[in-house]
Amino acid sequence: MTNIVVLVKQVPDTYSERKLSESDHTLDRESADAVLDEINERAVEEALKIKEAGEGEVTVLAVGPSRATDAIRKALSMGADKAIHVSDDALHGSDLLATAKVIAAAVRKVEGVDLVIAGNEASDGRGGAVPAIVAELLGLPQLTHARELTVDGTTVKVKRETADEGLTHLEASLPALVSVTEKINEPRYPSFKGIMAAKKKPVETLSVADLGVDAGEVGLGNAWSSVVEASPKPPRTAGQRVEDEGDGGTKVAEYLVGQKLI
Amino acid sequence: MAEVLVLVDHADGAVKKVTLELLTAARALGEPSAVVVGSPGTAGKVKEQLAAYGAAKVYVAESDEAASYLVTPKVDALHKLAQQASPAAVLVAATAEGKEVSGRLAARLDSGLLIDVVGVNSDGTVEQSIFGGAFSVKAKAAKGTPIISVRPGGVEAEPAEGAAAEEAVELPAVDAAKSAKIVGVEPLVGGDRPELTEASIVVSGGRGVGSAEKFDVVEKLADSLGAAVGASRAAVDSGYYPAQFQVGQTGKTVSPQLYIALGISGAIQHRAGMQTSKTIIAVNKDAEAPIFEIADFGVVGDLFNVAPQLTEAVAARKG
Ligand SMILES: Cc1cc2nc3c(=O)[nH]c(=O)nc-3n(C[C@H](O)[C@H](O)[C@H](O)COP(=O)(O)OP(=O)(O)OC[C@H]3O[C@@H](n4cnc5c(N)ncnc54)[C@H](O)[C@@H]3O)c2cc1C
Ligand SMILES: Nc1ncnc2c1ncn2[C@@H]1O[C@H](COP(=O)(O)O)[C@@H](O)[C@H]1O
Repeated sequence: MTNIVVLVKQVPDTYSERKLSESDHTLDRESADAVLDEINERAVEEALKIKEAGEGEVTVLAVGPSRATDAIRKALSMGADKAIHVSDDALHGSDLLATAKVIAAAVRKVEGVDLVIAGNEASDGRGGAVPAIVAELLGLPQLTHARELTVDGTTVKVKRETADEGLTHLEASLPALVSVTEKINEPRYPSFKGIMAAKKKPVETLSVADLGVDAGEVGLGNAWSSVVEASPKPPRTAGQRVEDEGDGGTKVAEYLVGQKLI
Repeated sequence: MAEVLVLVDHADGAVKKVTLELLTAARALGEPSAVVVGSPGTAGKVKEQLAAYGAAKVYVAESDEAASYLVTPKVDALHKLAQQASPAAVLVAATAEGKEVSGRLAARLDSGLLIDVVGVNSDGTVEQSIFGGAFSVKAKAAKGTPIISVRPGGVEAEPAEGAAAEEAVELPAVDAAKSAKIVGVEPLVGGDRPELTEASIVVSGGRGVGSAEKFDVVEKLADSLGAAVGASRAAVDSGYYPAQFQVGQTGKTVSPQLYIALGISGAIQHRAGMQTSKTIIAVNKDAEAPIFEIADFGVVGDLFNVAPQLTEAVAARKG
């Protein structure tokens, strides 16, 4: 049996406008619609594929405010078996390191984990470091940025793809941590049956204290880094626009000459 | 002067441009010490380049294992040196791997992590540009040694002389149960075109290009301008162009002097990767396409008419 934990994050929908709150420079979560990050749908999909290929259990784990339950339900309705939701006011403003610590502590609560699957990078912070830090804290091999994942007995193989290095073939033995890229699969849509079933699936809600993490290590006031200043940049405005009347290319060339760009 | 550790990003015995940018940024905080982690013989090949950009020291952490495990040997080397040298900061490239190295290092050192910065100030604060350039942020580390990842192209590299005095570093043995082994690599074959994040001109194609074959319209324009080629996610997903060229929120962030978008609608996630370009040109059949809202010059028309004409006009000017 493969016991899998999938790390999922609720993020502001990238289709809506994203802002920082004026008071404390944290992400203004109220200003945008919140969704299960698309990359995490792919992480869930990959876990379900492994489960369906043999035996397995899929637990989704989210650290976030109470409304993150929507994201959790989405993952459950895709087919995950159960969920852990770490929700605590003390977490507001936590940075990457604190978040990773809390995630690691929550993963330890799940017995006999073989595989942790995460997204490679969240669409809100573009941190791209939580999976690596969780691997560090749990002492697991990291097989990150996977565009292909195979589990064969106790061996896990990954085709890692990054824009800077191309493909790297990785191998490690379980237990291990994998993060996936957007090229790994197409996530399924939850079926009606799946949505109904999700309502009955167990969601365990835990506080920071339940995890044995010191509240003094998390939250905005305890962040390892702090924002001194933040300001929105003036939005770009539309410039000139012409219809192509057979001379569109020439007009662009003239514009570029005028701007001394060519 | 305090030491600043700089992790050298290298491939095939040459440093990547971002390393020179890191060495430049490091000079705002102290004296740069380059850290080379790789297979035996690597440091010898890159030393001269490091000296030319101000590296006072070159720490050499070389072994066969260093090149055959992912991320962990680099974290081990920096961890050991950070404890030994008490540096003012550690600088790493904000690439996929660099972000992972810096995150793990910060966790190990219990230190402040500053991600994807585009400027390092002498008072220790850093500049960041977030949400695709919609917000500028100034931040600082609150604890320990600041671990800073610097966005490729975020800082301009400036040469400076450095002694590049070599010092060997012994790496701890890799724990195979905690590390992923690299069993094969298929590096990107960089063609003759400039790197996307380094290019001063980028020409990108979207779903409107219609097929992989027809992407040569984009490439020809790019080549006439000496530009890099980019693509939207729709173009990548449709198999028109390889994933490494994707521009946008989940692709690369580019900020060239000139960005030309051909057959790209301008979805918010695409804009997140290119809207800080100095000048934006858009060609799209649809007058309502959102790309026109941010374009300095837009042509409503068929890219297959406009782009080749522009290619010719550029070629004609070059004579
Ligand atoms: C979490 C997330 C992350 C994402 N990340 C990215 C990302 O990193 N990068 C990215 O690009 N997208 C990203 N997207 C996808 C994004 O939402 C859009 O789907 C995508 O950018 C659309 O690409 P496109 O403009 O090429 O295609 P379309 O939106 O289909 O636009 C094609 C355009 O071509 C025009 N056209 C067609 N034929 C011609 C012609 N002959 N001449 C001129 N114009 C023509 C059409 O009018 C149309 O405007 C992401 C989405 C999500 C949800
Ligand atoms: N608060 C969170 N709760 C659960 N998983 C998370 C959280 N933050 C990050 N992750 C996981 O780490 C991945 C990468 O996030 P990041 O490193 O923040 O870019 C995400 O796709 C998730 O899988």
